[in-house]
Amino acid sequence: MMTDNRRKTKDQGTSAANRAFVRRPSSFVPKNWLQIAIHVGALLPLIVLIWDFSQHNLTVNPIQEATFRTGKTALTLLILSLACTPINMLLGWKRVIAWRRPLGLYAFMYAALHLLIFVAVDYGLDWGLISEAVLEKRYVVAGFTAFLLLLPLAMTSTKGSMRRLGKRWKVLHRLVYVAAVLAIIHFVWLVKADIREPLMYGAVVALLLVLRLPPVRRTISAIRSRLSLTTKNTKRTKAVRNLSD
Amino acid sequence: MIKIPSSEITPEQLYRSRRQFITGMGALTVAAALAACGTQPAPAATGPAPKTLSGKTTDELGDALNSFDQITTYNNYYEFSTDKEGVAPLAQGFKTAPWTLTVGGMVSKPKTYAVEDLVKQFGEEERIYRLRCVEAWSMVIPWLGFPIKKLLADVEPTAQARFVRFEGVYKPEELPGQNDGYYQWPYVEGLRLDEAMNDLALIGTGLYGKSLPPQNGAPLRIVVPWKYGFKSIKAITKIDLVDQQPTSLWMAAAPNEYGFYANVNPNVPHPRWSQDTERRIGEISRRKTLPFNGYADQVAVLYKGMDLKANY
Repeated sequence: MMTDNRRKTKDQGTSAANRAFVRRPSSFVPKNWLQIAIHVGALLPLIVLIWDFSQHNLTVNPIQEATFRTGKTALTLLILSLACTPINMLLGWKRVIAWRRPLGLYAFMYAALHLLIFVAVDYGLDWGLISEAVLEKRYVVAGFTAFLLLLPLAMTSTKGSMRRLGKRWKVLHRLVYVAAVLAIIHFVWLVKADIREPLMYGAVVALLLVLRLPPVRRTISAIRSRLSLTTKNTKRTKAVRNLSD
Repeated sequence: MIKIPSSEITPEQLYRSRRQFITGMGALTVAAALAACGTQPAPAATGPAPKTLSGKTTDELGDALNSFDQITTYNNYYEFSTDKEGVAPLAQGFKTAPWTLTVGGMVSKPKTYAVEDLVKQFGEEERIYRLRCVEAWSMVIPWLGFPIKKLLADVEPTAQARFVRFEGVYKPEELPGQNDGYYQWPYVEGLRLDEAMNDLALIGTGLYGKSLPPQNGAPLRIVVPWKYGFKSIKAITKIDLVDQQPTSLWMAAAPNEYGFYANVNPNVPHPRWSQDTERRIGEISRRKTLPFNGYADQVAVLYKGMDLKANY
């Protein structure tokens, strides 16, 4: 409690200096250099993709390469966005909570790009072929469903929607867990025999989901409060000792 | 017996060894110069675009050949890397000489051939084939090589022999991918004896009128154009005639996806790749995949009465 209060006062101090930034409604406005790093980091794969495309550097099979890259970036960003809550839970880094939205939205952007390349470039909007592929390939079904689940989340990512939907917003946004699992299944089903890489991504997603289970959460916060108590105690003993010196 | 005019063999060899000597000298000079500057040697420059021996620029269907660059920079060769573009750089130092091919099993005359003798004995001809990868991309490649049947005739398969088993090189110290225990190395592939005897089935020794680059399976590989690319095993060291259907590396890795036959078939779906269409490397839109990759006239007879969906 005490530490929390202290942090709050400190935060107010810094936010006074940065009021102009903090007051803005969108989390897309950089609050600090880490926030900027997130935007730059999330846009970098796209910039590299466009650069490599312009330099004919996307292998001799550029469409496939672009599909792979956008898909992997989407999954990575989705995982990073899912990592924010557990990071705050484990380490008490409150500011990562604000990164969930930009990371989630960038994940959606790459997922949309991934789908667009598949539909418009790879299959040239040939709906006959596309519907055949969707029905025939289970990995397409999994990936497409994951995208459909992310769509309403991206659409309701504004503060206005949060207010309008109230408690239902939180419930709705739990769909991201289903989307992440489907994205992993999509990855597992599309690789050629060797599923080690998608399983590594899958293990991270599983860990991030397990950390959210209420019993796990409770245990972690119990351990954390005990830890912070002990640190306080040692501090106090030290202080007492200093006094007696 | 073998209808290869000697006039074709000797000049070919001479021409090639001369060229190899010249490129070798050139490479040495460049390497020395680079070593002197203390820089890494870059992959050899390709110079003017290589040409086919026949001067042809299309396959028999009128489709343009893929370029030498496309063929030699985009390779599925897991012995080096699972990254298609990562293969060529890793393969440059791979030693392909001396190299022998041991042919044995159910044959009357088992033999071990040195690569250079194989070409001398069986000749080399240019064959322009489509290569259709199971991953739904394809290329048109001007191979050099000789039909497997010529080699088989030389070793005389016995009456019990029903299948041909091909084994790739196993050198984990030179092939980084073979240190990965996920796949059961060495690479193994197989053909039914009558498939191997078909005139289309080649032992590949070169492409674009030159020796095979290491990333394309030097010094010897199989080329079976009516089957998915993974059947065309690279860098072979051993051929055995057997009576049981061999289990290929891919059959062992994913039996529900990769069958023994693996004939290009738009009507047999694969769980991942659309097999009714393909992307020709260098083209934007997909094209229809042809049954037996367009070689039905020559090979469909091999599978008369077989259920090709069950025997995928």
